[in-house]
Amino acid sequence: MSTIHVRTTVNGEPTEFLCEPAETLLDALRNRLGLTGTKEGCGTGDCGSCSVLLEGRLVPSCLVLAAEAIDREVLTVEGVAVGDALHPVQQAFLEQAALQCGICTPGLVVAAKSLLDRNTNPTEQEVRFWLAGNLCRCTGYDKIVRAVMDAAEVMRNETSEVRA
Amino acid sequence: MSAERTFEYIGTRPIRHDGLDKVTGRANYGADFTLPGMLHGHVLRSPHAHARIVSIDTSAAEATPGVKAVITGKDIPKTNAKLSLGEAAMELGPMGDNALAHDKALYEGHAVAAVAATSPEIAREAAEKIVVVYEVLKPVMTVDQALAPGATILHDDLVTKGKPLADAPKHTNVALRMELKRGDLEAGFAAADLIVERTFTTPMVHQGYIEPHACVARYGEDGQVLVWTTTQGHFIVRDASAGILGIDAAKVKVVPSEIGGGFGGKIPVYLEPLAIVLSRKAHRPVKMVMSRDDVFRASGPTSGTKVRMKIGAKKDGTLVAASASLYYEAGAYPGSPAGAGAMCVIAPYTIPNFMIEAYDIVVNRPKVAAYRAPGSPAAMFATESVIDEIAQKLGMDPIDLRLKNAAQEGDSAPYGPKYGPIGLKQVLEATKAHPHWKAPLGPNQGRGVACGFWFNAGLNSTATVSLSADGSATVVTGNPDIGGTRVAQAMMVSEELGIPVERVRPTVADTDSIGYNDLTGGSRVCYATGMAVIKAAQDARDQLCARAAKIWDVDPSCVAWERGRAIPLNGASDKEPLTVSALAAKMTATGGPIVGRGAVSAPMAGPGFATNICDIEVDKETGVSRVVRYTAIQDVGKAVHPSYVEGQMQGGAVQGIGWALNEEYIYDEAGHLENAGFLDYRMPVASDLPMIDTVLIEVANPLHPYGVRGVGEVPIVPPLAAVANAMAGATGVRFTDLPLSPPRVLKALSGA
Ligand code: FES
Ligand code: FES
Repeated sequence: MSTIHVRTTVNGEPTEFLCEPAETLLDALRNRLGLTGTKEGCGTGDCGSCSVLLEGRLVPSCLVLAAEAIDREVLTVEGVAVGDALHPVQQAFLEQAALQCGICTPGLVVAAKSLLDRNTNPTEQEVRFWLAGNLCRCTGYDKIVRAVMDAAEVMRNETSEVRA
Repeated sequence: MSAERTFEYIGTRPIRHDGLDKVTGRANYGADFTLPGMLHGHVLRSPHAHARIVSIDTSAAEATPGVKAVITGKDIPKTNAKLSLGEAAMELGPMGDNALAHDKALYEGHAVAAVAATSPEIAREAAEKIVVVYEVLKPVMTVDQALAPGATILHDDLVTKGKPLADAPKHTNVALRMELKRGDLEAGFAAADLIVERTFTTPMVHQGYIEPHACVARYGEDGQVLVWTTTQGHFIVRDASAGILGIDAAKVKVVPSEIGGGFGGKIPVYLEPLAIVLSRKAHRPVKMVMSRDDVFRASGPTSGTKVRMKIGAKKDGTLVAASASLYYEAGAYPGSPAGAGAMCVIAPYTIPNFMIEAYDIVVNRPKVAAYRAPGSPAAMFATESVIDEIAQKLGMDPIDLRLKNAAQEGDSAPYGPKYGPIGLKQVLEATKAHPHWKAPLGPNQGRGVACGFWFNAGLNSTATVSLSADGSATVVTGNPDIGGTRVAQAMMVSEELGIPVERVRPTVADTDSIGYNDLTGGSRVCYATGMAVIKAAQDARDQLCARAAKIWDVDPSCVAWERGRAIPLNGASDKEPLTVSALAAKMTATGGPIVGRGAVSAPMAGPGFATNICDIEVDKETGVSRVVRYTAIQDVGKAVHPSYVEGQMQGGAVQGIGWALNEEYIYDEAGHLENAGFLDYRMPVASDLPMIDTVLIEVANPLHPYGVRGVGEVPIVPPLAAVANAMAGATGVRFTDLPLSPPRVLKALSGA
């Protein structure tokens, strides 16, 4: 089988690479583009540590083919911060100590960002259900949920400041 | 002393230094390393739970284009070497045989060969071409099967260590039997008004770290070896790999990556010796990464257990006698935490008469590894369930019953030594006073409480603290940071030298760049490595004082250190205090670089006690249960960074909830694991849980300058019984077998 030429956009940068037809987006990001922030915890769609946004949709990149990224936009954890400005979720994770080992953190940051892109006023239950696809074995989720709620508040205040 | 000391930095909550890299995806974990020319390794694993390896033909794999090396058990020397780890010793022979089987495959997933090739796909396809002829043997899957008369024997040369029973058979699967006793058991039970006796079981469960094992090894033609790996102890990886392969440890350098969880499971070596040997054969670096399936089948679980527990009490709640028999699955090689379980099982209570026996039993399951307070959760599940039942039958408040019998300073622990200052009573009082304990319950809800105990380890640690000319500092240690220990170490340097936390850079160094450190485990890093850090900082402080004396041209006895400054004492009182920055700026002129060193062999760390209160709600039509409120209370000695202490308590509680409600290894009769993935091995997710409230009790540990106690392990001990006791409250059924999964609960409810 021949390799596939993928033209795509990753974290806002036009990007191209060659890949095998059966290669996952996760492997292409990690091994061809050096974007190792996206982690592999299972390879079967069950842990969420490989979460990325594809056209703004939260997906486990281990279940997406690299070729599916053709002509689409991919956002990985490396693209969540803008310059030295951390996303409110990233800042809240630091302040709330919402990570211990940190292996789940990239996936959770991407998943939480995608929730807050849609809803900056989620209930605790909405946060818990949105993040249910992201396993964390260290924290018991308490501080993660608090961090996402805090980030939501910061984002709400930012928008009201802009409006004011 | 320590109790009265007021702290400036200890007890605050600064942002961790390694945090930014972790929230932005820059931090490098085990699978994130690559080297030019690197090959990819793949392990061929046994499909059988128990089989003699008759022959292995690797020729087809070797002939595959892209394959650069193939190895089998023949390439890993058999050894009798041991590695000392504190009081204990790690047997390297079984560790090597577990990494790559020599004669027998002892569990499904046991490695039998490995391939290195130019791509992971080629390596995998080539491994499938290896022809292994097995003589399949009957698998031994449970402790009952292992102990049955005429049972299949896993290891022909196994003899029972410790105190075997007089009539024990010569060929056996029992690797160890130990006993602890005190007083007169018969008289004790004769004096009891109430005796409760039950048998409990807990399933084999996995630590469940999200990052699979991964490493890269490079073997140089000069015999120098470099290993990058995710581990809880890179010095153990160095010494174990060197010991197994018969190489000089000084030829091996191990660089630890960031580690994506371990909980005890990243202490043994699995991939590293194979990667080193493949690299030696192929003359190229080799990367090896486990799949999640490999992680479940061939790394770390903790023992499934059976515990018979009998406790006698007086009408007033005084516990007078206890007997317990603990049977722990070791997996394929000796080494379950049965002995630790025996030492923990009644540790919170002063029971004058007891007899405890523990058995370490080999079965055809993966070799168990440590898992957070190894041995204690299953043992205390039995004790704390029986205590709850005693309280219920005596009509006593379960916390009052525990308070009445709680161990305190000066009592002899069942395992020997006298307790120093311990916080069990304070923890129980705080539990009783907590609003959660008195809050009303809703329909179909029940509340349970339970205690937990863990020893906490000390062991060996080294640290250095170096000053820069601008007055900032670096602190270097050798313990992989799993949950925020680096920031805690920086805070200790700040406390001693008065340098702000963000001007102290904490680093975990490789095996060449710092003195020896025992593993990250046993809840010991903040305690023991912390002691080394404090010592190193104090050494640097003394040097700073000496420099001030030199600058002032006074005797060193005329200088003291206070809040980040050298201050003059009598005889030098005309001098202006000198700050760290001022002294550091003159460092080269006053005698050269300032490097403080600390090396400690820390004593056992002062036991930790905890309680948990659990509210559970049960749907009686489906058997599905939900934890609706949860509170963890723990004596933490002194919380250096309270957020990360709370995090340990919350994470441990949730792992324990998973163990109680859902998690288990499910095997078919032939010994095949049926749920080797996160879909079927169901760990708790965010939507399963409420917030986990925490209460930190601080009873200073006199062994540590700040009063620190280990905090990482005891949190997983109380949940098993707290959940089961809550379930008993909600349903009226006392459950003795975990997990309390919906089918099991439903069955018990329809039978009740
Ligand atoms: S690695 Fe993709 S979901 Fe686990
Ligand atoms: S912080 Fe370790 S898995 Fe989430």
